[in-house]
Amino acid sequence: MASRGGVLHRPNKESLIATSRIHQRSFGSTTINIQRNPSFSMINSDDINYFRDILDDNTVIQDEDRLSSANIDWMRKYKGSSKLLLLPKDTDEVSKILRYCNSRRLAVVPQGGNTGLVGGSVPVYDEVIVNVGLMNKIISLDKVSGILKCEAGCILQNLDSFLANECYLMPIDLGAKGSCQIGGNVSTNAGGLHFVRYGSLHGNVLGLEVVLADGTVLDMLGSLRKDNTGYDLKHLFIGSEGTLGIITKVSILTPARLSSTNLAFLACEDYSSCQELLLKAKRGLGEVLSAFEFLDTNSMDLVLDKLEGVRNPFPSSLHKFYVLIETTGTDDSYDRAKLETFLVNSMEGGLISDGVIAQDINQASSFWRIREGITEALMKAGAVYKYDLSLPVEKLYDIVVEMQLRLGSSAKVCGYGHLGDGNLHLNISTPNYDDNVFAQIEPFVYEWTAEHRGSISAEHGLGLMKADKIHYSKSTETVRLMASIKKLVDPNGIMNPYKVLPQSIYSP
Amino acid sequence: MKIMVAVKRVIDYAVKIRVKSDKSGVEMSNVKMSMNPFCEIGVEEALRIREAGAASEVVAVSVGPAQCADTLRTALAMGADRAIHVVSGSLGPVLPLSVAKILKALVEIERPGLLILGKQAIDDDCNQTGQMVAGLLKWPQGTFASKVLLDKEKQVATVEREVDGGLETLSLDLPAVITTDLRLNQPRYATLPNIMKAKSKVIKKVTLEELNVEIKSDLEVVQVTEPPKRKAGVIVSSVDELIDKLKNEARVL
Repeated sequence: MASRGGVLHRPNKESLIATSRIHQRSFGSTTINIQRNPSFSMINSDDINYFRDILDDNTVIQDEDRLSSANIDWMRKYKGSSKLLLLPKDTDEVSKILRYCNSRRLAVVPQGGNTGLVGGSVPVYDEVIVNVGLMNKIISLDKVSGILKCEAGCILQNLDSFLANECYLMPIDLGAKGSCQIGGNVSTNAGGLHFVRYGSLHGNVLGLEVVLADGTVLDMLGSLRKDNTGYDLKHLFIGSEGTLGIITKVSILTPARLSSTNLAFLACEDYSSCQELLLKAKRGLGEVLSAFEFLDTNSMDLVLDKLEGVRNPFPSSLHKFYVLIETTGTDDSYDRAKLETFLVNSMEGGLISDGVIAQDINQASSFWRIREGITEALMKAGAVYKYDLSLPVEKLYDIVVEMQLRLGSSAKVCGYGHLGDGNLHLNISTPNYDDNVFAQIEPFVYEWTAEHRGSISAEHGLGLMKADKIHYSKSTETVRLMASIKKLVDPNGIMNPYKVLPQSIYSP
Repeated sequence: MKIMVAVKRVIDYAVKIRVKSDKSGVEMSNVKMSMNPFCEIGVEEALRIREAGAASEVVAVSVGPAQCADTLRTALAMGADRAIHVVSGSLGPVLPLSVAKILKALVEIERPGLLILGKQAIDDDCNQTGQMVAGLLKWPQGTFASKVLLDKEKQVATVEREVDGGLETLSLDLPAVITTDLRLNQPRYATLPNIMKAKSKVIKKVTLEELNVEIKSDLEVVQVTEPPKRKAGVIVSSVDELIDKLKNEARVL
């Protein structure tokens, strides 16, 4: 019988009742039919002794409780059975760990804030967890250029607070910012709310220090804006989700923090208005546009229902779609006037049916809470099937409509996301995981996306969840070259195995 | 009946305040400014009273430099009917007693039945202006209001106040001064239709000379410093260590 790794077996009714708090309830879902790779060794006492030798005592963790939280992902969908968690303090320790693991053929899972949404940051079987959370020093900030150098374990929000003091800001901003670490953000090429203004990490990251599977430390921690000397290897590591090496340091260009932010929360009656609003916003707001997000009525209902202290900006009426538009600039009155003119014109033109503008930072935070809280609200509502798709803007909402038709009353389908980047977060919410529902979702959603030449993972990555789905978005030849690179850089395949690329790359 | 609401432009409540290196004050350049949260609650209460039919007009007033107009625009965008901006020019921060004198002068011109203010401003935390203006006008005052009920017929305001011992209910004959506390209401957002309407509403500029008020500062800020930094916490490795530290370092056992 094929062993099922990395799956949380569906709890029976008694155990569901036993776990009293909603956020600790675990739901099993997809079955990953990957066997444990027999070429990987199992940990023995010699290994433990070696690690205790090279690392500080309290950073070699075998304690059940700490292991159990490191073995399970944020969505509580994937649970590994690792018996060892290591917390290296510096690059040298990471190098020694990997060199040893490589020589012993011990599989490794690099881990940071463990906030990933595709099961990429937790073991599938008994891989050793190497968590860089202790490597959280800020190395330097060049106050003139805004180039920040820091260790991979720095929490995103901490970096942003540090930068705030110097009038800079992190170019990425996501709901997980209080827990996610920059190493993980770079490994997954995180997008986030300000992508439409500051662009991709591929553009903002200037350098990396990476440790390869055999312990080699690649010092590519440059801090130059322009450096065309040879192949720019850092791009391989950005977005490769820990399968090519462990990122230990990051050098990133941070934009100037501008003083004036304005946020508007708008209501639209149909998706085509949202789309036209986006087009007009890019023209009408131009250089001050810093975020353009949307959410549908199901998402709004869920947030209002499941989260505390969240207020509907339009209490008296229900709307089909909501849009958040943020501007960031240097002159508050000028930006405010620009935003107001744009919105008033849009309202007169029938694109917006209602809207509010935040009058202070508190109001702005409460608007963002609505958008950023959807993920949390979905978790509280029960089981969630989460998809992250890049689609042509005109087609983006069609999949939400189709999916709701397919599923009928068996599920609630929520569509929201970074409309400004053509990125839809499609979430299907059901009280419990249900194979019948799942069968209606996959592979339909991937096939639909492929048909429209979209991406089956805009920003979340492939992880374990979509490890065998890459062919929906990438050609055979491309995947073949990725496989060659993987085998070159990690011949024993110990770096985050079973993830990102399909297992078939190992078949002859 | 007219309601007058006084609003103040302050550093936004959510901004991390930094003290200037010369200790003369707080860093104000490039910092987000907004309406004082308690003043916002005051505007909201005035609007609710008007919407309930107990008043005909809400007039927002503010004292300060040119940028005060932004704060008044927020009040108008929430739904106030018109605004008065008393221009204080480059005189620096206007202190509570001066503001109280100015408000008294405005009240004598506008003759509102109710003057609403926030209980205190979040920059100076004085909690004085409402009380002082009530004293100058010889009007009754209901401060720290957490509930206001207006009886239009009897011209009486019933005010529930949050005091140290609990809740106190006062009955005030109008005209009266009310200052708002946090739990009085949740202010509405400025909606686009109201923002559009606000553009045609009037903000009248008035000078101190016109009001016959002289601003004389009796207070001088000597120094502004940050509170002492909190010491970082320490993770202890055992209960014994914890007891030891509680006994010998924190000296609480």
